[in-house]
Amino acid sequence: MFDKYIIVEDTLRNTGDDDDVTGFQLGVRLPYYRGLGLSMVEDIEVTIDGETSSSASVSLTVHGNTYKLTDLPGVFDDRWEMGEVATVSVDKAGGLTEGPHSVAVRQRLRISYMPVPGGGTDHKTLTLRH
Amino acid sequence: MLNTAHQIKRGVSFYSYQEECFLKKMTLEDCVSEAGSIGAFGVEIIPEQSMTGYPHPGEAFYRDWDEWMEKYGTTTVATDLFLDTKRYPGRVMTLAEMTVSVRKDLDIAKRLGAQFVRAIINTPPEVMEACASYAERLGLKLLLEVHAPFHYEHPWILRHLEVMHRLQSPALGFMPDMGTFVERFPRVMSERALRDGARPKFVELAVETYNNRGDVHGLMDTFNYMGANPVEQGIARLSTFLTWNEPRVMLEHMPLIHHIQAKFYEMTDDGSEYSIPYHKIIPVLIEGGYDGYLSSEYEGNRHIQDIVEVDSVEQVRRQHRMFQRLLGEETTLDAGATQGNGVFADGGSNVR
Repeated sequence: MFDKYIIVEDTLRNTGDDDDVTGFQLGVRLPYYRGLGLSMVEDIEVTIDGETSSSASVSLTVHGNTYKLTDLPGVFDDRWEMGEVATVSVDKAGGLTEGPHSVAVRQRLRISYMPVPGGGTDHKTLTLRH
Repeated sequence: MLNTAHQIKRGVSFYSYQEECFLKKMTLEDCVSEAGSIGAFGVEIIPEQSMTGYPHPGEAFYRDWDEWMEKYGTTTVATDLFLDTKRYPGRVMTLAEMTVSVRKDLDIAKRLGAQFVRAIINTPPEVMEACASYAERLGLKLLLEVHAPFHYEHPWILRHLEVMHRLQSPALGFMPDMGTFVERFPRVMSERALRDGARPKFVELAVETYNNRGDVHGLMDTFNYMGANPVEQGIARLSTFLTWNEPRVMLEHMPLIHHIQAKFYEMTDDGSEYSIPYHKIIPVLIEGGYDGYLSSEYEGNRHIQDIVEVDSVEQVRRQHRMFQRLLGEETTLDAGATQGNGVFADGGSNVR
């Protein structure tokens, strides 16, 4: 229902130091009209220029708290608030090149009243600036 | 239009302003202020949507809330709870865990000053039973939503009815969603399907089948054999989630109905809802002696956000002009009269 707002424009950045770029990050919202406990965020799949990151390389930061994607199933005391721009970080030695990138984010959410998995997908072209 | 005496009141669920709240164009105070300004004095809030830090938003949140109710002349009528039965990976919550979850939301409702709590449709009847006395002690009513495609003869609702009739608890009942009375296929949905790549012959068949009360459940197979693409399959599935019932089905259950979620998808320029016939619904509520709120629930945003900037505020105002007309109130909400200056709180939004 809010798929088009998942990827936040102008948020793509490399992470780490100038001489040791360790990955990249971008701003992401939950495509849902309420907040959700993190144990129900089943997957955040990040694909850049056709290359999908492994789950082990992805982390999520909500209001200052950072979790490995693979640890989210056990997080019962924190939430991703409605409309909150969280930071999704991906480990990737060297990061991304400057310039435009095709970015896709697919989320799978476990919504108890729905018989099928919830979530959504967004594709945008984001430009990485130094 | 109707001069029959009634006690029906107008309210708004902040679900209605989800687009603007999601995009931070409206604050929670803006929602309260807007509701008060259109005479929708009974407000409904979804804590998991509007309360940062749920379930422990902090005392400051509650102080602000109480202050806003006073400042804008509004009352907290209802809260909406969710029940995350699948919170723990690989298993469903136990009855005891579900009961704890519902009680936590009842406590929040009490603190907000609400009278009614929406129990989401997946709340098991056993949980309603286990929470009834707790709700009663708090002076709250725990009301199961009757949301499309559910209806009063649905096996799941019959199980709830059995509990309600057996317990005779004043704390249990229903909160019907007027989305169960979709008489004609919502235009915002069919037009969106076309924009998303559905071919007209598929959309027309779905709309005609729905509007003629045809076999919508047969559409999935038919569409499949006609070579439907995923968007076309989606519109076939959507046809089975929409329902039309004769509004008089509510009369039999009126003693259990204490709050109404006035769902809508599109208020047209001529001031009517395109698909939900409120001119047929409201007389039934009056006849049944319903004395609660009509709580606006705008849900059109998701179907039009791809082509226009959603204006939930204007949509809700239009619905309330219609309510005033159908309830026989003086129509104070003339088009344009409520727009512009002074609607939002200081430091408010640029939603207009």
